Amino acid sequence: MNSSAMSANHPSDLPVVSDRLAKNAMRNVSERLIEGLLLAAAAVSVLTTVGIVYVLVSESIHFFQQVSIVDFLTDTQWTPLFDDAHFGIMVLVSGTVVSSLVALAVAVPMGTIIAIYLSEFADSRVREVAKPILELLGGIPTIVFGYFALLVVTPILQVILPELPGFSLLSAGLVMGIMIVPYIASLSEDAMRAVPMSLREGAYAMGSTRLYTALHVVVPAAFSGLAASYILAISRAVGETMILAVAAGMQPNLTWNPMEPAATITSYIVQVALGDLPHGSIGYLTIFAAGLTLLLITLVFNILGQWLRAKFRENY
Amino acid sequence: MQPLTTEQIRAVIARGKLRDNLFKALGIFCLAFALLVIVALIADMAIKGSERFTLDFFMNFASRRATQAGILSAWVGSLLVMLVTALAAVPLGVAAGLYLEEYAKRNWLTHIIEVNISNLAAVPSIVYGLLALGIFVYQFGFGQSILSAGLTLALLILPIIIVSTREAIRAIPAMIREGSMAVGATRWQTCRYHIIPYAMPGILTGVIIGLARAIGETAPIITIGALTFIAFLPPAPFTGEPPAGLFDWVFAPFTVMPIQIFNWTSRPDPAFEVNAAAAGFVLMAMVLSMNAVAIYLRYKMRKNIKW
Amino acid sequence: MQIHDNPPLKAEARNLNFYYGEAKALKNINMPIYDKKVTALIGPSGCGKSTYLRSFNRMHDLYPGNRYEGEIRFFPDNTNLLAPEVDPIEVRMRVGMVFQKPNPFPKSIFENVAYGLRVRGENNKRVLDDKVENALRGAAIWEEVKDRLQEQAPNLSGGQQQRLCIARALATDPELLLFDEPTSALDPIATAAIEELVHELKKRVTILIVTHNMQQAARVSDYTAYMFLGEMLEFGKTDEIFIKPKDKRTEDYITGRMG
Repeated sequence: MNSSAMSANHPSDLPVVSDRLAKNAMRNVSERLIEGLLLAAAAVSVLTTVGIVYVLVSESIHFFQQVSIVDFLTDTQWTPLFDDAHFGIMVLVSGTVVSSLVALAVAVPMGTIIAIYLSEFADSRVREVAKPILELLGGIPTIVFGYFALLVVTPILQVILPELPGFSLLSAGLVMGIMIVPYIASLSEDAMRAVPMSLREGAYAMGSTRLYTALHVVVPAAFSGLAASYILAISRAVGETMILAVAAGMQPNLTWNPMEPAATITSYIVQVALGDLPHGSIGYLTIFAAGLTLLLITLVFNILGQWLRAKFRENY
Repeated sequence: MQPLTTEQIRAVIARGKLRDNLFKALGIFCLAFALLVIVALIADMAIKGSERFTLDFFMNFASRRATQAGILSAWVGSLLVMLVTALAAVPLGVAAGLYLEEYAKRNWLTHIIEVNISNLAAVPSIVYGLLALGIFVYQFGFGQSILSAGLTLALLILPIIIVSTREAIRAIPAMIREGSMAVGATRWQTCRYHIIPYAMPGILTGVIIGLARAIGETAPIITIGALTFIAFLPPAPFTGEPPAGLFDWVFAPFTVMPIQIFNWTSRPDPAFEVNAAAAGFVLMAMVLSMNAVAIYLRYKMRKNIKW
Repeated sequence: MQIHDNPPLKAEARNLNFYYGEAKALKNINMPIYDKKVTALIGPSGCGKSTYLRSFNRMHDLYPGNRYEGEIRFFPDNTNLLAPEVDPIEVRMRVGMVFQKPNPFPKSIFENVAYGLRVRGENNKRVLDDKVENALRGAAIWEEVKDRLQEQAPNLSGGQQQRLCIARALATDPELLLFDEPTSALDPIATAAIEELVHELKKRVTILIVTHNMQQAARVSDYTAYMFLGEMLEFGKTDEIFIKPKDKRTEDYITGRMG
């Protein structure tokens, strides 16, 4: 063992670090190795994104070698398996849009009301009961919601609206809306709770009631956070599959009427997957083109929603 | 122009309070409606499916006759897929979370990774199915198998596991880390002997929540081609000829609970409605109990941990 | 009981005790607030001055677990502001408050000042325009904002925001105006502007001001109360308190030996 021998007469005699203190080369290597493995694990997420983009884009390229983009975007029929095949994505998009609008028409008011109520009115006992209810609602598998929409909600709706067909965007959309309520409620409530108490106190000190304060001070202050939650909810609705596959029928149908059955981008992919399409055939390729469309739409909403959320966080 | 009289002020306040109370009623009504939906759902499945709650239901294969159709292949399939999912997602997710919390520096690479994780959390599940179809099923050649399904779901729930790992690690006070480093431990030793054990309950909670989500996922599994009518079981794990035979089960065709439900729900024959209801109830019971376990763990954790 | 050489009372605390849950934060406070005068509350951190101030507009009612004992009598109608039968919202319509950190609403300058009026059901445009201008003049900020009333209030500077909050409180003609350390978040120039404003405002409204800055109390107030650990140790005319305090503890605080 070399101890720190110091001889002031020889400047070249630098103090020598004892063996025990010297960096153990082996330990260093194994540390680095482990860090590398952990980094690789973290990088899997990047690989996943790359994989998704690669698969969707490469198969879509094959698709667009056979179908023009203009046709894809403007054709009003979607009949990929017919001899006279048409590939107008608008048909599927219309189903997606209509069902999402129905869903949001339910989820935005209901979710926002619940959020305002929980944030501004409810005492802690009510909140203790409400939170689990909402978590539960959010945890129900979508196939079960699909069952609910087809076999429970549709019959009930048919009592009120006798002309409603067995499959409809309305039924699926309503249930999808209920599914999204917890999502909007919790994000909106978070946004409202972030509004500082001093703002509320200023309002109460002027003699306003709880509702007046909530609507005129808290909600405007939380607005970009609320907007973010709505936009992220749109993304969720657009991407939903099973409820629509089960309850809206899988018949492509260019319509803006919710009382009709129709396929959405997502339920079309399911329909194809249930069938038996040869790998590489045009029918097979359509699901990737549809998937790419879906990804782009949800990406736009996600980015917008995240941006709004970040902007909101800046303020509070 | 005159200041308001007391009566006028009181009238204004009374109107305001009325609106307050109306809104409170509205809020409670909305919450009650949400509860009603849950209750209606569960009750419907329980009641409609009640005649199927026999042991036979759990031990029978699917069949063309509703009364004889059971969920054996489905729940076995679900279990096996969950096994693969857990085996893939947990090490990856925990390792990733550990890296991001303990090792990563604030540079562009870390930023890209974090952005990816939050984006992936918002990608529709069917897109994961397409990814799996293109890459796992065809490119890697895993085929329409339990392996493909498990890996796909693992990727799907990876963000959940990463986030809960990070939160669990963040809850550990700095002094524990510092204490370990102070006695000369390396970063990995600190992680292995201190961070991971203390974060374990939180990680476990996240894993259970992730699996509860995965067990109910249908779209990605349909997309990779899980068959909807399966009247056989995958070969039992580890029973084939070693070495390859041990993993026969992983490459076998299969089905899972949500797909069985989908299949039965889609049939026009009302007799199958009963089956769908019963299977739906079983699936709900699985998901609810997993969530309940996670909540219980979270609760016990909050009580027990004393730094 | 009024002594003849004292001005008329606007309010009076009688045997006021306050509890945050189990903890007693105010102990047996008895104190007059004279009409159209500025009364300052001084004392070291935690002595209860903000707690006392916030009792005047029942702010404590917003949070669970708080309890008042005793009375705050409000004149000329001699109501007890703290009585459970008295509606806190009604109290808050008679008593205004300006907070430590300026808290303008995320609305336009005009709408901020008009807020209290709209709450009272006043929606007539002409009336609102009139009262808003009046209030902004009273807060000495009219000239600076008269051409940009539709701009968002949070864009103003800190000092301007605080004067806006004062205008907002003034717009509803409160009988008593509470200031909770109104200048502690402001720079010296803005502080001086607010102090001058307080001096002007006492002509129209009674003012109760909490301040951690003794010099400020000496500058702006007519009467001063010294509080310590939830008790009111001494009350009197500002000149007398600062020159010749009766209680040794007051003297210690004022001369800086403590606090």
